[in-house]
Amino acid sequence: MIWLTWRQLRTQAAVLFGLVAVLAVLLAATRAGLSQQYQQDGAAFLTRISGTYRTLYLAGALSVLVLPCLIAMFWGAPLITRELEGGTFRLAWTQVAMARWLAVKLAGTALAAMAAAGLLSLLVTWWAAPIDTAVANLDGRPGPGLLIFARLSPEMFDERGIAPIGYAAAGFMLGATIGALIRRTLPAMAVTAVVFVAVQVGFALVLRPVLIGPEHLVVPVSAANFLNIDMFNSMTVTLALPGAWSISQQTLNPAGHPVSPPAWLYDCIGSAREQQGCFTRFAALGYRQLVSYQPAARFWPIQCGETAIYLLLALLLAVSCGWWLRQRLC
Amino acid sequence: MTAIVRAQGLGKRFRGRWALADCTLDIPAGRVTGLVGPNGAGKTTLLSLAAGLLRPSAGSIEVCGGRPGSGQAQLAQVGYVAQDTPVYAQLTVADHLNLGARVNSGWDGELARARITRIGLPPGQRAGQLSGGQQAQLALTLALAKRPRLLLLDEPVASLDPLARREFLQDLTDATAAQGLTVVHSSHLVADVERVCDYLIVLVASRVRLAGDVSRLKAAYAASLEDLVLSFLAPAAGVAR
Repeated sequence: MIWLTWRQLRTQAAVLFGLVAVLAVLLAATRAGLSQQYQQDGAAFLTRISGTYRTLYLAGALSVLVLPCLIAMFWGAPLITRELEGGTFRLAWTQVAMARWLAVKLAGTALAAMAAAGLLSLLVTWWAAPIDTAVANLDGRPGPGLLIFARLSPEMFDERGIAPIGYAAAGFMLGATIGALIRRTLPAMAVTAVVFVAVQVGFALVLRPVLIGPEHLVVPVSAANFLNIDMFNSMTVTLALPGAWSISQQTLNPAGHPVSPPAWLYDCIGSAREQQGCFTRFAALGYRQLVSYQPAARFWPIQCGETAIYLLLALLLAVSCGWWLRQRLC
Repeated sequence: MTAIVRAQGLGKRFRGRWALADCTLDIPAGRVTGLVGPNGAGKTTLLSLAAGLLRPSAGSIEVCGGRPGSGQAQLAQVGYVAQDTPVYAQLTVADHLNLGARVNSGWDGELARARITRIGLPPGQRAGQLSGGQQAQLALTLALAKRPRLLLLDEPVASLDPLARREFLQDLTDATAAQGLTVVHSSHLVADVERVCDYLIVLVASRVRLAGDVSRLKAAYAASLEDLVLSFLAPAAGVAR
């Protein structure tokens, strides 16, 4: 049965691992140069960085981001629907008991998916380390172009570390389960993509910020740390903590209650030549900024927690996949 | 007679509709039984239940003394060739035999290879590129090389041209005689059944309308098998033997 799993997967696996290998060669060949430039340029590293490195940085991040979704759609969803549509499940399940057939296929394919995602992600994480360090040292102030996201930020977290292993496992099992439910390949692929992206975004917005209780900091606003006041009239400041992830910010009035920044501040910043005067007056009135954040040092603890949750989700999905298949067909 | 398949009040419901309801029948061991009936009589459902691909919604079914689908030991006793004889289009003929050898403890590799050679299936050919007749032969080979006690065939020749059908049935007759197999062969073509079967069950709307030894039935009713079956398929019919 392991042989059949391998025999049915090997072409797709060869394509995927082939692409990972191509990217690995490109990254390995350019990593020394990137490191050297980081040593040479110091603070100016991000502004001087060449187009080749930018392209590789984005290509690496993008490929880690989309790989779990592609695995969910192209490995997960068709796993069962293909056999149902072709009728080959009648051949397979009269040769091998259905439970064993499913267990080996799910476990074998999931391991291959996890290996591919893990290899790719750790490779990209290693390559991008100089850029990630330089971005972290910006303290949340935007860098040049797209080099603005610290690895703990929601935009970059999914493309770093070991979490993609969990995404690949859960995505694959989600695809297989939806396939067992819908029983037709194309609709199953579409539904899998939508549900998987929703789960990933939902997790990043709702669960990840509180996976470990966030730290809080109350700081006065100054011209040095002021970032912007957005269209919803809420103010954001930068943190003097390299690589920290600012989860939410609130402006506190002198009584310590959350408020919107007073209108005069907005006008003052817009008209005054010297902004610091506005912030000095603002601080003297007793206004402060409350920041909830995750320190940079929590990157790996949060990665581990998130990976564990996704792996657990994968396990639950595998069980429900077997249950559904039994219900629907038996 | 010893029954190898024994159904008691067997029923299967799909989304509220009964595909097979309250079916009680015995299929004798050591015979080649033709299961005949109109479309929708429940033949495919009955065979799927016997193969363990479906679980009963009502009643019970016993095959080779065990519950279908109850594990690898039960699977090893039953060979099954599904309607349209599905095979893996991307896998070669040799891959299929390799699969059979790897998942069945009682696999007869010698028999499988000999059959493939005799039929003339190229081992390196992808199954998707075989003709319908060749795919049916491959599916039958997979079922036979398990060395089962019972072989279930669900209209395996329905989609074949007359020549391929005759070859398949001739080959089936030779193979079952050689292995001493019990066979259940569902079909709505009485001529095919007459060619290969020595026992007949006519199933209409889940009910056994007629069951018995083919030669005795023909003698008792003094009619051709075709006419005999047709008379029992008619809604008004219900004559007990």
